Amino acid sequence: MGILNSLGKYIVFVTKIFSKPEKHKIYFRQVFKEIDKLGVSSIGIVAIISFFIGMVVIIHMTFNMGNPLIPTYYMAYITRDVLVLEFSSTVLCLILAGKIGSNISSEIGTMRVTEQIDALETMGINSAAYLVLPKMIGMVIVTPILVLLSIFIGLIGGWIVSLSGHLMTGADYIQGIRHGFDSYLVLYTVIKSAMFAFLITSISAFYGYYSKGGALDVGRSSTLAVSYSMIMILVSNYLITQIMLG
Amino acid sequence: MIRLENISKSFEKNEVLKGISVEFDEACTNLVIGQSGSGKTVLLKCLIGMLEPDSGDIWYGEDRFTALDPDQQRTFRQQMGVVFQGGALFDSMTVEENIRLPMDFFTDWPREQKLDRVNFCLGRVQLPGSNKLLPAELSGGMKKRVAIARAIALNPKYLFCDEPNSGLDPQTAIVIDNLIHEITLEFNITTVINTHDMNSVMEIGDKILFLSDGLTCWEGTREEILRSDNKVLNDFVFASELMKKFK
Repeated sequence: MGILNSLGKYIVFVTKIFSKPEKHKIYFRQVFKEIDKLGVSSIGIVAIISFFIGMVVIIHMTFNMGNPLIPTYYMAYITRDVLVLEFSSTVLCLILAGKIGSNISSEIGTMRVTEQIDALETMGINSAAYLVLPKMIGMVIVTPILVLLSIFIGLIGGWIVSLSGHLMTGADYIQGIRHGFDSYLVLYTVIKSAMFAFLITSISAFYGYYSKGGALDVGRSSTLAVSYSMIMILVSNYLITQIMLG
Repeated sequence: MIRLENISKSFEKNEVLKGISVEFDEACTNLVIGQSGSGKTVLLKCLIGMLEPDSGDIWYGEDRFTALDPDQQRTFRQQMGVVFQGGALFDSMTVEENIRLPMDFFTDWPREQKLDRVNFCLGRVQLPGSNKLLPAELSGGMKKRVAIARAIALNPKYLFCDEPNSGLDPQTAIVIDNLIHEITLEFNITTVINTHDMNSVMEIGDKILFLSDGLTCWEGTREEILRSDNKVLNDFVFASELMKKFK
């Protein structure tokens, strides 16, 4: 009963977010602010994580699959698919759910408990749309870009370690990452990450928006927001993969 | 004028408002007083549409507010200004952006006109030149004044204040009270204030509603409050020795 109640409340909340904006110009300006605040500020962490994961994955592949019967470039090929199919979309979005999800939830939750959301409502402003829609649009735009950036940086990490660790030649590595390339997989990862961005923003905003009480409750909402965002990312990952690749 | 007809509101089994009927007059500072838990804040939230009464009607002039759907209520609220207990200023915005926000949403004024209006409002609350400050840089009294400036930015017909001088020193509290009273008269606003502060009652209470246990226990003017023989009211208003001597 509690789950159904929350689900209903969530659907009403999302409907409120997508109701007609009072003034498009204000929302448009906010989208760019949010892209900067949520997306551009995440480039550093995305780059560091992706670089090191790229390095580690190629070492793992070589360690576990290194065999004279398997061509060396296959290690680069598998590294590319690990990054494209799962790491740079799903795992990165799980990390972003922690970083950005908690940020959104605590920001909106604090606004709720300090009556700032009530103040917006009493001005006649649709607070859910004003606070969440620009974040959502910003995240849906910027997350796939971050994911593509992550793939690129991860591949560079793998390339550097391949050369410096004498795992394979540069030519083998390039051959590996080009081997059997299917652009549909990139489309799959872009669609997946856009969906994850929607889930992270809406779930985190939902928990923040309905926060009650004080700092402790905002913290609790933030934790719930991150947990549920992660669960929903994993569930939707399975569903999208089943639909697009199954 | 605001008219409340038989307003009731419960939270599960807890009946907070039990059929409140009252009229708040135009160009008057209407005060709602009562002990903590008497239903003042719930009444104010019903008035501004943050809570839906279980029964009864709220009329703003000829408009039946309680008959409007949530979107219509939100549009109607553009005629209201609300000052929250903590100010509720937007942390990430400067003072100027806070006051300009309702203008950005609901007017097509050019930038200069908006800035003029912001400066006028800031001047009116005696904070000229504070445009670029952030809420974190303001004192409690200044926050309340900026909140009042924001509330009057679009010339509201109705002004609601929830404990506007709580947490302020007595001198600043009087400044805030007088400011609200002057603005009420100057712009012909119907003002409703929730307060605990007896100084406010005696200074600016044109009309006073005393709530006790969710019921209207007494209503009248500040002159009448001195002569009232209502025991519950007297116990509340003249609780301190000083106030007893004053009476």
